[in-house]
Amino acid sequence: MTTLTQNRGRRGALWLRRAVGLLATVAATFFGLLLVTFLIGRIVPVDPVLAVVGDRAPQSVYDKVFHELGLDRPLWEQFWMWLQKVATGDFGTSFLTKKPIVEDIRRVFPATLELATVSIIIGTLVGVPAGVWAAVRQGRWADQLVRVLGLVGYSAPIFWLGLLGLLIFYAKLGVVAGPGRIDIAYEYSFTPETGLYLWDTARQGAWDAFGNAFSHIILPASLLGYFSMAYISRMTRSFMLAELGQEYIVTARVKGVPEWRIIWVHALRNAAVPLVTVIALSYAGLLEGSVLTETVFAWPGLGQYLTNSLQNADMNAVLGGTLVIGAIFVGLNLLSDLLYSMLDARVRRGS
Amino acid sequence: MTTRAWLLSEQPASRRQARLGQAYRTWLAFRANWLAMVGLAIVVALVVVAALADVLAPYNPILGQDLNTTRLLPPLSPGHLLGTDDLARDILSRLIHGTRLTLMVVVLVALIATPIGLLVGTTAGYFGGWIDTVLMRLTDIVLAFPRLILALAFVAALGPGIENAVIAIAITSWPPYARLARAETLTVRNSDFIAATRLQGASSARIIWKHIVPLCMSSVIIRVTLDMAGIILTAAGLGFLGLGAQPPQPEWGAMIAGGRRFLIDQWWVATMPGIAIFIVSLGFNLLGDGLRDVLDPKGRK
Repeated sequence: MTTLTQNRGRRGALWLRRAVGLLATVAATFFGLLLVTFLIGRIVPVDPVLAVVGDRAPQSVYDKVFHELGLDRPLWEQFWMWLQKVATGDFGTSFLTKKPIVEDIRRVFPATLELATVSIIIGTLVGVPAGVWAAVRQGRWADQLVRVLGLVGYSAPIFWLGLLGLLIFYAKLGVVAGPGRIDIAYEYSFTPETGLYLWDTARQGAWDAFGNAFSHIILPASLLGYFSMAYISRMTRSFMLAELGQEYIVTARVKGVPEWRIIWVHALRNAAVPLVTVIALSYAGLLEGSVLTETVFAWPGLGQYLTNSLQNADMNAVLGGTLVIGAIFVGLNLLSDLLYSMLDARVRRGS
Repeated sequence: MTTRAWLLSEQPASRRQARLGQAYRTWLAFRANWLAMVGLAIVVALVVVAALADVLAPYNPILGQDLNTTRLLPPLSPGHLLGTDDLARDILSRLIHGTRLTLMVVVLVALIATPIGLLVGTTAGYFGGWIDTVLMRLTDIVLAFPRLILALAFVAALGPGIENAVIAIAITSWPPYARLARAETLTVRNSDFIAATRLQGASSARIIWKHIVPLCMSSVIIRVTLDMAGIILTAAGLGFLGLGAQPPQPEWGAMIAGGRRFLIDQWWVATMPGIAIFIVSLGFNLLGDGLRDVLDPKGRK
């Protein structure tokens, strides 16, 4: 009895220590992210004072603003000031849109979220069965086909595939809608509540607009989904191969369990644990991929906002956007770690 | 005795014979994988084309021909196999000269990122303790950043250009090598031969560089080869966004961006450089896969 309580106490301590370690990692990562973005902002060749006062301001005004912006203080003090601002959600004002960065990001974020979500759904729905199929037919032509499709996904530049997709499916065949999220004719036929157009239109029953939004999203989402599919199918294949080689599969076969049940229930359920982390990581990767895809498809999301700001040297917006994407990326990494330790009994028990 | 028999001898007479024999066996295993051989052929072709670009390219890559008659010619036009772009430049010649930029980016990133990764990883693994904690936490932090976004922000700060693109990509790509080098170091750091070297009075720096780094090299090189396709794609992406190589340099990503305006009527201007990027990164992917199958004992079935 006593040993049991002791064990439980020790396990609690272990869990606590791991939680504290994890929190420390997250805090350190966020701090690093903030520091790097801050330093990038300092080495930019754009003079922040000139951006405020213009190049015709007299020297006295220039000096005053220079002092107000805190540029005469030591670097660590400036970093501290910046941290305090960021903590209150103040990333400064965009030089292009003249609005606070936070407001801008809130406006463009749903577009990226919608694109990435549809993409990951496509990527998972295609990638997992493809990986399972390849593992079951290991070494046969099905395996080779999935492998080659994956390699093509790894090797083709996404912006180029996007352009080709637009050329073929939009310009030549006319089966999908072109760049942008929705045609202007449908833009006011529903009220954007969440900013996720598919969701909003479906909820309000504006099915014409839904169809239009769908025809806009399907091409970029399929392309992005293809890229995550390449990764997901490869990982599914290797996880499934590892599971199919286990002894419990042999036992199941000996018991006479039907083959489809062995593959889709016994093996896949165990392979699903590491797969969850893979899917979470590819979801984060899609955020990166969206920068180039959104540029090609004129998709008014975070990626396009970031590139637009970059090309116009709007540093506040660039740093704000980088910080937001970085934070989501770190968050998803953390989430995949947590999911992994929650789902896998071996990890949960603590090694 | 033939060379082949000498190489495959079960009882090598010298250390050199054993080492060459091992290399030959690796090569035989590699050669049996035809996809990997295709990859190798593509990469070799890339290097050859880059070296002989001046001889191979039929036209000047930067200066165009007659703007009145040779602008936007379709592929298979007489004298212009892949057509010409909006400034009447021969696309084939530009692609051929572009191999140099691609190769330069890949080589420079590998040359910058590999030593950083090796240094961080082996130091962390060798010393352990708080040095390990600090260095690996740093690695995790950099690894947690989205690579393309960070490269974008760096290029924005440093100014567009191919050198800055190389620096930005290198800064964001060393962490996987550091992790790998650390893992390799942990497996050898308690070996007898390391202890023997230490007893002979070798300094830590000497042990790391002379005895540990060489052992980490092969796995790190495979990893770098596998990453090269990603490096090419990132560089092309930066070029496409106008943040990498600047016009009139014949960089493939920038060429796609340039051809975007004529996509619907003159599709070849944007399509041809994309095919080039695709072939080259496919080559690196195939080569890396093949190398991993041959050299990585864990992946061997």
